[in-house]
Formats: sequence, C-alpha cells, structure tokens
Amino acid sequence: MNLRSYQTDGFYDEVFHAKGEARPEARLLLEKIESLEEGELLRCQRAAETILLQMGITFNVYGDSAGTERIFPFDLIPRIVRAEEWDWVERGLKQRIHALNEFIDDIYHDQKILKDKIIPEEIVKSAAFYRPQCHGINPPGRVWVHITGTDLVRHSDGQIYVLEDNLRVPSGVSYVLENRDLMKRTFPKVFAGLHVRPVDIYPSKLLETLEAIAPLRAADNPTVVLLTPGMYNSAYFEHSFLAQRMGIQLVEGRDLAVQDGLVCMRTTKGLRRVDVIYRRIDDDFLDPQAFRPDSLLGVPGLLDVYRAGHVSLANAPGNGVADDKVVYSYVPDMIRYYEGADAILPNVPTFLCWKDTDRQHVLQNLDKLVVKSANEAGGYGMLVGPHSTAAQRKEFAAKINENPRNYIAQPTLSLSRVPTLVEDQLEGRHVDLRPYILYGKEIYVLPGGLTRVALRKGSLVVNSSQGGGSKDTWVLAPVPQEGAVNGQ
Amino acid sequence: MASETAPLLSRAAEAVYWMARYIERAENVARFIDVNLHLQLDLPLEPNHEWQPLIDTSGDAAIFRERQGEAKKANVIKFLVWDTNNLNSISSCLRAARENARSIREIISTEMWEQVNSMHLKVQSQRALSESERLAEFLRGFRLGCHMFEGITDSTMSYNEAWHFLRLGRQLERADKTSRILDVKYFMLLPSANSIGTPYDDIHWSAVLKSVSGFEMYRKKHGRIAPRSIVDFLVLDREFPRAIRHCLRVADESLHTITGTPMGSCQYPSERALAPLRAELDYTSVQTIIGHGLHEYLDGLQARMNAIDDALACDFFASSLTSQPAMAGGAP
Repeated sequence: MNLRSYQTDGFYDEVFHAKGEARPEARLLLEKIESLEEGELLRCQRAAETILLQMGITFNVYGDSAGTERIFPFDLIPRIVRAEEWDWVERGLKQRIHALNEFIDDIYHDQKILKDKIIPEEIVKSAAFYRPQCHGINPPGRVWVHITGTDLVRHSDGQIYVLEDNLRVPSGVSYVLENRDLMKRTFPKVFAGLHVRPVDIYPSKLLETLEAIAPLRAADNPTVVLLTPGMYNSAYFEHSFLAQRMGIQLVEGRDLAVQDGLVCMRTTKGLRRVDVIYRRIDDDFLDPQAFRPDSLLGVPGLLDVYRAGHVSLANAPGNGVADDKVVYSYVPDMIRYYEGADAILPNVPTFLCWKDTDRQHVLQNLDKLVVKSANEAGGYGMLVGPHSTAAQRKEFAAKINENPRNYIAQPTLSLSRVPTLVEDQLEGRHVDLRPYILYGKEIYVLPGGLTRVALRKGSLVVNSSQGGGSKDTWVLAPVPQEGAVNGQ
Repeated sequence: MASETAPLLSRAAEAVYWMARYIERAENVARFIDVNLHLQLDLPLEPNHEWQPLIDTSGDAAIFRERQGEAKKANVIKFLVWDTNNLNSISSCLRAARENARSIREIISTEMWEQVNSMHLKVQSQRALSESERLAEFLRGFRLGCHMFEGITDSTMSYNEAWHFLRLGRQLERADKTSRILDVKYFMLLPSANSIGTPYDDIHWSAVLKSVSGFEMYRKKHGRIAPRSIVDFLVLDREFPRAIRHCLRVADESLHTITGTPMGSCQYPSERALAPLRAELDYTSVQTIIGHGLHEYLDGLQARMNAIDDALACDFFASSLTSQPAMAGGAP
C-alpha cells in the first residue's frame, strides 16, 4: 500500500511529523502497512466488521425504534502512544484522580476547600450532580471514584489536555478489550516486533478493585454483582461483557431487594446477600426512596444500606459533583490544594459564563469558541463555534444569558489526527483518547484506552452517537535502547 | 469468589429456560416443514390439504384461519417461517431466543451466544424465501445450526444450575412437539389405522417418524411401519431422544439436580407435577393408551406438561416479583 499521497493538512498527526516523515514509534507499523498488497487492508477491515456483527458487539441507538442495534465502527489503523509519553500521562492521571477523590470526600464532609474559598460554594452546591443525601457517608477506604474514564485530547501545540473527567459511570472499556482481540484476529502480522502492552488484565484488575471495597464482614469472600439498567440500554453489551469476564452476576434493579438491612438478589433458591455493586446506572435511578421517586430501575432502600456500610457501591453516589464542567475548571486548584503540587496534565482553558467578564468574552466570540452545557455528555448540548450557523449562535447566546451558571466555553481545539481507512485510502481523522483508571486500594491506570475517531471528514465530534468510531490504542512498552527524548 | 455456589438469579433461570425452548421450537417447525416439502413430492395428487396439519401442529390454527384463511403452501410457509406477527414462527422464535440469550450473556458461553446471534442474523437476511429448493436448503442449514447450538452448549457450558434449566426447557418443548405431531397425524390417518396399510399410509407414517428424525431408529427397533408401534416408539421408548418418555425422564433428572431433592421424592410443586407423569409413562403400555383414545391421552399429556411449566414459573421464576419479561412466552 502506498502512503506517499497521505496529507497531514497542517494538523498534528499522531503518526507523521509535519513534513510527512514518520514518527519513530510509528515507523515499524508504517513499514508493515506499506508492505501490504493492494486491497489487503480493506479486506481486513471488512472481515473485522463481519466479526463485530457475528459477535453481536453492538450498541443500542436511543431515539430509534426499540431494539435497533448498530456496530460501533472500528478502524484498523491503531493509535500508538510511546512509552515515555504514557509514563507522563499515567503520573498525571494518578495525581488528578487522587485529588478529585480528596475533593469529593471533602465536599461530603468538612468542606474545607469551600471554607478556604478555593472554589465558590454556590458553584459546588448548584452542580447538577451534587447530592446532599451523601453528606457524612464514609465509603470503604474513603474512595469515591473507583472507575474513571478520563477524556484526553491533543491540540495542535502537541500538548495533551484533559477534556473531561467522567467520574460517574464511564463506559467504553469493553471496546478497548474487544478492539485488541479484533486486531489480533484480523491483522495479526502487525504485532510482531512491536512491544504493545497487553490490556487483557483489565477485568482481573476491576474485580480486584471491587473486592477491595467490600464491607469488612464480607471481606474474604464478597459477592460482587454488576447492576445494569437492562438490555435496552446503549451500553448493555459492555455490562454483560464485563460481568462475563469477571465471572460475576449481571443484575437488574428488579433482581435486587432490601431485606433486614441488607441488599439481596432474588435467586432460584430465594434471597442471597450482595456485598458489592458495580452499578452502571446513574445516581438518580439507584434508589427511588433517596433520589428520583419515579425511577423504576432502582432498589428502594439501597442508599440506607449503603450509608450503614452493609453494601458497597462503585462508583460512589454523589461523585458526579466533580463532573460538572464549571467544577472541572477548578481541578488545577484542587490539585494544588490537596496535593501541594501543580497539575501534571493541564486542563483546557475554560471561560465560565457565570463570571461577567468571561461571559462578555464568550458572547463576543461565539464563532470561535466551543460552548458546552455544564452537565451534558455524549456531544449533546454543545455549540462548535467555527462550524455553527448564525441562528445557532443566537440560540446559544440566549441560553447563556438565561442560565449563565450552566455554560462554559473553551477555545476550539484542533484535535490531533490518526491515519484512518477511508474507502481504500488512508486519510487523517481527528481522535481523542479515554484511558481507564481504577481506584480500590491504590490507583491503577490501564496501559491503553479507547481511541475514539471522528469518521466524518473534518468532524471534531468523536461520540459514538454522532458518527464516531474507535481504534485500538497501542501503548508501547519501554525499550531501553530506544533512547527517545521525553517530549513533555 | 462465591460464584460457583451462588444460585442462579430467577430472571436468568427463566431466560435460559426460554432460550432453550424457543430454539427447540424453531427447530421442530423447520423439521416439520422440511418433511412436508418432501412428502408433497411423493403425493402430487394432494396439492394443498397437506399443509393444514402443520398449522394444527403449531397450535396456532385459530389465529391462522383468522389471518390467512385456507392453508396453502405459500401462506403456511410464510406464517410458520417468516411471519414476525406469529410469535411461534421460526423468525420470531429465533428473535426471542436471541433476546433471552442477550439478557444472560454472562451465564452462557460466548460460543453459544455467537451461534444464536449468527442464526438470528441468517434468518433475518434470508427473509421471505419461498422457492422450494432454496427453502429446503435453508431449513436443512437451520436445523444443522440448531444441532450445533445443542452441541456447543453441551461442550462449552458447565453442567451447572443454568445448564439444567436450559435442558429442562429443551426437553419439555421437545416432548410437547412430539406429542403434537403424533396427535395431528394420527387423527388424520385414523380411519385407516385398523385397515391394511396402503402404500400412501406407509408414506404418511414414515413422514411422521421423519418429522421427529425417528425413521431410522424406529426401523432398527420395530421394522415394519405400523401405527401402534409408532405410537409405542414416540410415546414410550426409553432410548429415542424425542420419545416423550425419554424427554420427561431427562427433564426430571435436571429438575432434581436443580432442587437437590433425591430422585424418587418430591419437595417442590413442579417436582410433584413432573414425577408422577414420568412414572406413569414408565408403567403404562401402548394398549392402554390406545384403549383410552390416543387423542384424549395426548391432550391430557399436553395439559399436564403445561401444568409443569406453570409450576416451574411459580417455584423458580416468580421470585422476580414483576410481570414476565417481555420475551418469555407460554406454550403455544
């Protein structure tokens, strides 16, 4: 396959330098791709798509007629992360997760950070996912963020930034594992000679994390379950996949009940105690008595059992307070406050519309900025200024004026690109990266992550619901003789 | 982890049971149609009336009459194979089996899931095939797929509680289907039951045996085609996998393994429903059955098998305390 026609188009390319020369860590991969026969890559790509369908690796589309399933498009060309850069990412994530956890624990206890006026109290208390019901709760080990999927992006300056923390119920890790399986099945020859770090360890690490937070009385033999909203949820594949890989039961709210101060599951032999719940449903739907009374998914009384320490929940309810995008803008301050150090991984500069000066700036520059609602995910509730129409900008200006607290704005980032198969040629497409971090006894970062790719030409939106796909992510193992320079 | 000893969720038990029933049901429908396509080639003078019994066997005769009127080859095949409004069509059964499988992917093996999923995809992609040769080929492939599923199940899944629920579902469905094909065909051929067989009778009775893949095994055991021996074989044979007695014996074994009750004693209502039926089949004779009237006998048998199904729901599935999952169906 001939790569000479490939253009970086002035973007930061993860594989090529600006002049079109391959980055050292990608050289071996490129040689292999160049040695492929005409059409071979496309054949592998088609084979991969067939396998995905046969394996039933699909997600459900919301707003579509019930039961519509689609495969999450997969692109064969992996994203490569060199060992030194990963080392830096890993240190940065550990620092950040530790600080975020301290913050959440502080908010639901003494609120020192508010008293010290590091973060305005009204911002925290008006965060959509702040849960006063969680005050005074002491989760095992004081850990609130057990599973995180932090979104990272690289801008044209070559710098990696944290875009979002995703502390509540992050999804996508099953695709990290499946993408690797798929690569090995369809494209095995590219692995030889490259020291790609394995990701298969994730289910074991996750189970370890969940067992580590079991209530004391069940510590040696805890019953761990995964709580799913059910098979019509868009992430159902992942729920069943993780339960299967960990060998734990997959339960729905209707399978659980509270009896005698314990959470139990309904089995063919009657009720059986449950010790740890890896819940993949939002706080609001966990317990209709504590949160939304109209929820049909949850388990009445669950929060009381949790508060009494008789069942553990991962992630801890209430931790979404730090997912608010206004609170996000204070994370570097939190790191300084709790860790006594500067943030290793930088935030994207963020304008807060509740501040008068910021709002003026945002309103005057709507065509250049990305405006986001403080509490929406999945690429919804967002205005990408440079790609917007005058009518859309007018609509957002009105929204911002109406509820300034709920909007932030950031410069339009020029996300880095990775060569992606488009028909039978490679073209650059924008990507982000979501690594997964576990926190049980200590913090663990999976060497890999979900590389999401905006498959539409020129698009910056990588969400699966909006035309995004994914790629395998290769974190290279350190090779001593390589002697590459740490660029960060 | 406590998972080896942890009992199955009620919801999962129900889903695995229904998954097995739906696949078994679909396979039976495929076999009945396949046999009928062959039969038609042998009996060119009876173009259409051969299709009504298939509808009768499915138990959906009333619905069919209302929607389709007279049973002809084309509308029967459409109804039994492709019709998504018919909950017992092959297409619907596969969809339901897959939905159930999808809800318990962590219970069954990945290989089982992939087999159900690819069968479902295949049925979807073959939609509305009507030409006989291609249909016959499709049905043969489909049956093979069902056999593969059974083989994959028995060689990739531990023989744990979920597997026993699966086997229970498969065996009860199989017994039900054998009783139905026998009932319908016997009723149809009754006038000639005591007369000396014509060549056509021979063909018809052979078709009944082929409908349950029993022709060869029957020949080895009984030789000559005789209605009485066929009843004996399909109801009371100890060894033939689709004989009702055999099916219920296996079902009973699985049920006792699930409950932990020693064989021969009963603790749950479902055991009390199944065990006496099984014992009865052990001690009865074909003379008694025919003397009683085969149709009445089989009717009673089906009613009692439905009662077993109801008892299972109460004993094991009902603790999910909510209405039945969307994809759980009743016996037709």
